[in-house]
Amino acid sequence: MAIKSLDDLRKIKTAAKQQAETKRLSEKKVIIGMGTCGIAAGARAVMAAVLEELEKRNIHDVAVLQTGCIGMCQKEPLLDIVRPGEERVTYGPVKPTDVPRIIADHLVNGNVVEDLVVAKLPVEGNDGESAAAKNVPYYSDIDFYKKQHRLVLKNCGHINPDSLEEYIAADGYEGLATVLLNMTPQQVVEEMKKTGLRGRGGGGFPTGMKWSFCQKSPGPKKYIICNADEGDPGAFMDRSLLEGDPHAILEGMIIGAYAIGADEGYIYCRAEYPLAIKRLKQAIAQAEEAGLLGEHILGTDFSCTLHIKEGAGAFVCGEETALMASIEGKRGMPRPRPPFPAVKGLWGKPSNINNVETFANIPYIFRVGAEEYAKLGTEKSKGTKVFALTGKINNTGLAEVPMGITMREIIFDIGGGIIGGKKFKAVQIGGPSGGCMPEHLLDTPIDYDSLIAAGAMMGSGGLVVMDESTCMVDVAKFFLNFTQSESCGKCTPCREGTKRMLEMLEKITDGRGEDGDIEKLEKLAASIKAGALCALGQTAPNPILSTLRYFRDEYEAHIKEKRCPAGVCQKLLNYKITDACKGCGLCAKNCPVSAITGEPKQQYTIDTAKCIKCGVCMSKCPFKAIVRG
Amino acid sequence: MELVKVTIDGITVEVPSNFTVIEAAAKAGIRIPQLCYHPELEKVGACRVCVVEIVGGRGLGAACVYPVADGMVVHTNTQKVRETRKAVVELLLANHPQDCLFCQKNQDCELQQTAADLGIREVPYTGEKRHGEKDANNPSLVRDPDKCILCGRCIRACHERQGLDVYDYVNRGFKSIVQPAFGLGLDEVPCSLCGQCAAVCPTAAICEKDDTEKVFAAIADPKKYTIVQTAPAVRVALGEALGLPAGEIVTGKMVAALRRLGFDKVFDTDFSADLTIMEEGHEFLHRVTNGGVLPMITSCSPGWINFIEMKYPDLLPHLSTAKSPQGMFGALAKTYWPETQNIPVEDIYSVSIMPCTAKKSECVRPQLQSNPGIPDVDTVLTTRELARMIKNAGIDFKNLPEEQYDSPLGASTGAGVIFGVTGGVMEAALRTVYAVLNDGKDIPGIIFTPVRGMEGIKEATVDVPVNGQTVTVKLAVAHTLKNAKVLMDKVRAGEADYHFIEVMACPGGCIGGGGQPQPVNQDVRAARTAAVYRDDEANTLRQSHKNPDVIALYDKWLGKPLGEKSHHYLHTHYAAQPKDKVTRAK
Repeated sequence: MAIKSLDDLRKIKTAAKQQAETKRLSEKKVIIGMGTCGIAAGARAVMAAVLEELEKRNIHDVAVLQTGCIGMCQKEPLLDIVRPGEERVTYGPVKPTDVPRIIADHLVNGNVVEDLVVAKLPVEGNDGESAAAKNVPYYSDIDFYKKQHRLVLKNCGHINPDSLEEYIAADGYEGLATVLLNMTPQQVVEEMKKTGLRGRGGGGFPTGMKWSFCQKSPGPKKYIICNADEGDPGAFMDRSLLEGDPHAILEGMIIGAYAIGADEGYIYCRAEYPLAIKRLKQAIAQAEEAGLLGEHILGTDFSCTLHIKEGAGAFVCGEETALMASIEGKRGMPRPRPPFPAVKGLWGKPSNINNVETFANIPYIFRVGAEEYAKLGTEKSKGTKVFALTGKINNTGLAEVPMGITMREIIFDIGGGIIGGKKFKAVQIGGPSGGCMPEHLLDTPIDYDSLIAAGAMMGSGGLVVMDESTCMVDVAKFFLNFTQSESCGKCTPCREGTKRMLEMLEKITDGRGEDGDIEKLEKLAASIKAGALCALGQTAPNPILSTLRYFRDEYEAHIKEKRCPAGVCQKLLNYKITDACKGCGLCAKNCPVSAITGEPKQQYTIDTAKCIKCGVCMSKCPFKAIVRG
Repeated sequence: MELVKVTIDGITVEVPSNFTVIEAAAKAGIRIPQLCYHPELEKVGACRVCVVEIVGGRGLGAACVYPVADGMVVHTNTQKVRETRKAVVELLLANHPQDCLFCQKNQDCELQQTAADLGIREVPYTGEKRHGEKDANNPSLVRDPDKCILCGRCIRACHERQGLDVYDYVNRGFKSIVQPAFGLGLDEVPCSLCGQCAAVCPTAAICEKDDTEKVFAAIADPKKYTIVQTAPAVRVALGEALGLPAGEIVTGKMVAALRRLGFDKVFDTDFSADLTIMEEGHEFLHRVTNGGVLPMITSCSPGWINFIEMKYPDLLPHLSTAKSPQGMFGALAKTYWPETQNIPVEDIYSVSIMPCTAKKSECVRPQLQSNPGIPDVDTVLTTRELARMIKNAGIDFKNLPEEQYDSPLGASTGAGVIFGVTGGVMEAALRTVYAVLNDGKDIPGIIFTPVRGMEGIKEATVDVPVNGQTVTVKLAVAHTLKNAKVLMDKVRAGEADYHFIEVMACPGGCIGGGGQPQPVNQDVRAARTAAVYRDDEANTLRQSHKNPDVIALYDKWLGKPLGEKSHHYLHTHYAAQPKDKVTRAK
């Protein structure tokens, strides 16, 4: 049915809630996390096993549902069981072979499978804690979630992303209704300014300001654009949102379109996100059918259509002007600004581009109001931020935290610390444009300005945690390799400069570094920052500059002592057999290039000229007699 | 346009508000270094050598694209600016062969000049250099990807001027290159070989194919009888490459230089331009009176011929069958001349000096062989190549005496001269056609201004008195292939009621040809155009049909226009160029 008023919307909400309520007491549910992450971890096989098991047992009164990503990567695939009147209990990681046991013990007999259980979630309407899951901790009590504040990710992993009704039942489109029925575009922009929300894509530009520029730009035709070209290595916040809560993005965009005066919009989503695109397409169709998108939205005079443009996976298309060129069907190359997109954007018309996570904040903002929203976070960085935790950390996954939390809390409380109890070395934040923060900065509150001051940046939310076995020169090399391959090739400093920086880093990690190389790197980095056309080039030297700032000694060890302190840079490694050698000969036997010789029961030796530094000897030695340094 | 005040390095200038900083700086007498910037092409801010400090702006801005604003303060000469510019050029050089001493563009290269201006004394980076195969598989142009600095001027020139989009960027990062579709050669893609890409290329990444050694060798060969012809547009541009200002008419010095280079005979393509008018004018009259295919379209510009054969093969019957002036002269050089001078045709080596790279592709057309297997023109040299030969031979061009063309194929009229500018062929044809129809009485005032000027497409009508009645002839003139495309689409759609269309492939006509001295811009083209018209006015004879040598040639040898001999030697035919590889690859 077409929703033509707030009443219509409320009716749907009430109906959906009523339905949930009836089902709460009667229906059993199996819910599987079917985000791309879950699927990659094996969720499809789990789903198949569930269906097979139910069929085998001739059970037909169980709803088998899917949901988006709840953020606990290391526990995927995740499977939830809900029994009438009881909590939603999550299991993970679930193998297909675990399914019969979970179904038999828990779904059928009501006994939690304790060795696989993760946490439980209260179900709305239930009274108190059920006896069955008494020993299972609530989500809000487990370390990974305790310090999170899930506002943007509220629905992810909870609602069914295929269902408009579930989104509406979770207060969806109420923000839009408030905006369209009670506010002028001017008021919307003013409200946005009051929230202090800053762009979540990387730059951190105040969203309200951005909207006001575009709103003030004259012209009958304007565009609202959602940047869903998430490209930072290790970042997957936007994918999770698009897959898990597509309507929230649409709602944010429609509100934005109304504010700036656009009647058309594009979601620029990388083609590598097929599930996100599928869910977006479906959400657009649902919203159009429901009168939440298209002509006369919610029965008002406001109309807006949204399109999806699939990007071909160029990192640079995350840059606004390159993204617009790509939508126009041109090669994704940035152009200089001014003129800014707010003045001259897509097809020359005023355009406003925001990132997925920025849009995902909007529905909440207009549901609760700017004042309430602005209570969250720090003075200059409001709200929450979603981070993708990866690297040498125990709990990998998506974490949404209030601004102002410290890096230490994220890594050690939420992330559960470093794998294998190793020593923390650095955390890389902000992707290829960002920087590495060392141990002594772990108590820095996370906000846009403190991160910049620390030589890093908020970026889009990738957090890569590194331990003592990571070489910081190697890390810089990794990021430079990335920016070099992803440079669009248009401007000289980025195209040629990143290549030369990369070559200098290779020289250093290969043991060919010379005195003066660091200074040369710094000089070139400064020229690239000053001269490059777009943010990709201007920030490309950041991984080098920040590692030089905090880990200069590692560079110097590589250059002066031809030594990689972390033992990563292969060409600088030397394997030695110590006097712990018992002369068993296993190392010599396994050496692929016959570089090890010796007499039985005497200390063996390695011919360093022959050694290819593969490390096989070290892993084979039963006496830990081989050392690397 | 509203004016704004901008202060650049302390100098305040008032400039139109649509100016960019580089243009405002020029007005303040400051030349900002530039590589990707070209005043006539879209501004892209790619090379970053023009960075300046905009007070209050974020970081440095590219002056070529940065719009001016009232009260803006700019510093173009700070330490940071200088260092950044230097770093940019060092980075370009680090990925460049650095073989300036033996480069075709030595001393004529904008990268070299910029490096010199910025005082670069060493390239601080060693490392990988991009390498790509040279493309020399066409008669006109050589592409050397190793010398490409990815400024993108060729991409823009081809797109904006010719609408052919032969080039684009391919790959990312350090592997980025500029190349035709699918890495094919220029001979395999729909390229007109007009050379506008070469005309704007700041380095030697796209150059005319250098044929000077072939010509030196022919001159040195005692058995060879060398004949050279010079196109109308060469005389008003050659001086630029030899230290003279744009727009200087150097016909006499050029003739003297060609003699000193050792050519046996120095003739004028203007002569055969007059001949072209005789044939083409009569062909036009014939088509009009006999219900032939109209509009008739001129066929002098080989870039244009390549274009129509590739893109509008269905419209080929509209083309005049008259050969181009170069083609007609070549035919005479290998028929009339050996016949009347008693020289074996095999001994004749015919060279033409053209403002055009596409002419090199015209002379290898099998249709242009009056004696089977023997090309009518053996080698085409562009204006730039002739200038190099003159330098090579140590000729002090500026101080040469003025000499006359050889006779009898050296006489010409003002009508022949104006072939070198857009609208010129049309005007020359009108001067003759009008007189032929009007009992030999000239078009009033001789000149016909509606077809003159730099407007992309010019339309005009002319009333011609025929047997006491007035016949209105509708004309259109286009220069650049992008404009030609507009007219051809109209013709194809049956919406063009013109009788006669002139097309020249290059901006401004041949004076802006792809083989002319660099740099070329609006002012240079204007100076050359003015010189062409000056030359026309200085001529006592200004109509092709009044050229005494042309009259004599018809009397003694050719017979009459469109006659049998003319048909045989002065007319040609065309064939579609399908460029299958591109279509297949698609």
